[in-house]
Amino acid sequence: MHNIYVYIIVMAAVTYLIRMLPLTLIRREIKSKFVKSFLYYVPYATLAAMTFPAILHASDNMIASVLGFAVALILAFRRKSLLTVAMCACAVVFVAEMFLIR
Amino acid sequence: MKEFRSGLKDAIPICLGYLAVSFAFGIQASEAGLSIFQASIMSLMNVTSAGQFSSLDLIHNNAAYAEMALLQLVVNIRYMLMSTALSQKLSSKVGTLKRCLIAYGVTDEIFGLSVTRKGRLYPEYSYGMIVCSVFGWVLGTFLGATAGQIMPHRLISALGIAIYGMFLAIIIPDSRDNKVVLLVVIGAMAMSTVFNYAPVISGLSSGFRIIIVTVVIAAVAAYFAPRDEEDTADA
Repeated sequence: MHNIYVYIIVMAAVTYLIRMLPLTLIRREIKSKFVKSFLYYVPYATLAAMTFPAILHASDNMIASVLGFAVALILAFRRKSLLTVAMCACAVVFVAEMFLIR
Repeated sequence: MKEFRSGLKDAIPICLGYLAVSFAFGIQASEAGLSIFQASIMSLMNVTSAGQFSSLDLIHNNAAYAEMALLQLVVNIRYMLMSTALSQKLSSKVGTLKRCLIAYGVTDEIFGLSVTRKGRLYPEYSYGMIVCSVFGWVLGTFLGATAGQIMPHRLISALGIAIYGMFLAIIIPDSRDNKVVLLVVIGAMAMSTVFNYAPVISGLSSGFRIIIVTVVIAAVAAYFAPRDEEDTADA
């Protein structure tokens, strides 16, 4: 039987190195226009890919999730703060689930 | 101090979202045979949802340590991309120790907040976000492993959408201002949907699918719509 603590340490070491190496090794500003543009678009692509379609399964009920998604989209479009958008989405899901799940 | 505090405050949605996700993790971890302490310490040391969830299977099956290392590398390699992007947001004056501390908290969510913040990223702001988010991550794990059945499930379910609401609040306003960003967002969502349901590809881990979508979409956007110097400077 392997030791769970060794597993945890192996996991932590690999994950930390992945995060740490680029941050400590890349000190200078990257000059390439393509790489700069690429890195600029990365967060939008990543966050969008992570949000959809995962948001549809974020709560127990898909209709509630869709309602939460719609409300979040509208509020985000109106430039509401992160906290407002997140909390309103939660509130909508919570209320919707009260009706949708008995 | 002001930066630290605004980091704390901005990360509240992350904290709540993490609470929900790590709560689920805590329950699964205790089912896989981890003690409350082991589950909590794993969350504290790793802070990676996909990596931790996928590890439970291997622990349960008594897999080799090397296999575990490889799995974490594949599932979490996207953090390398994120750290590279973050390195460009930091002033070159930020020292190695501070960089090492920031590295601890490179998660999808914290990255999303950091990189879309206007202007330079200050280490103190990162610390604030990290403290707030990790608090939620570890607390949720602890609660899930301890009292999975006691917490009202309906509340946990509703909190699950918090993180996605936050993501939308980050990407949608910029899509309104910039057509290319809008296309990137729509393209990434469409591609991720296809990947999620298509046969074969949907078998890939979610971390891997996100890398592929990110690299393809961002590269296409960078090729067809390279950014002008001054745009990039203040971005």
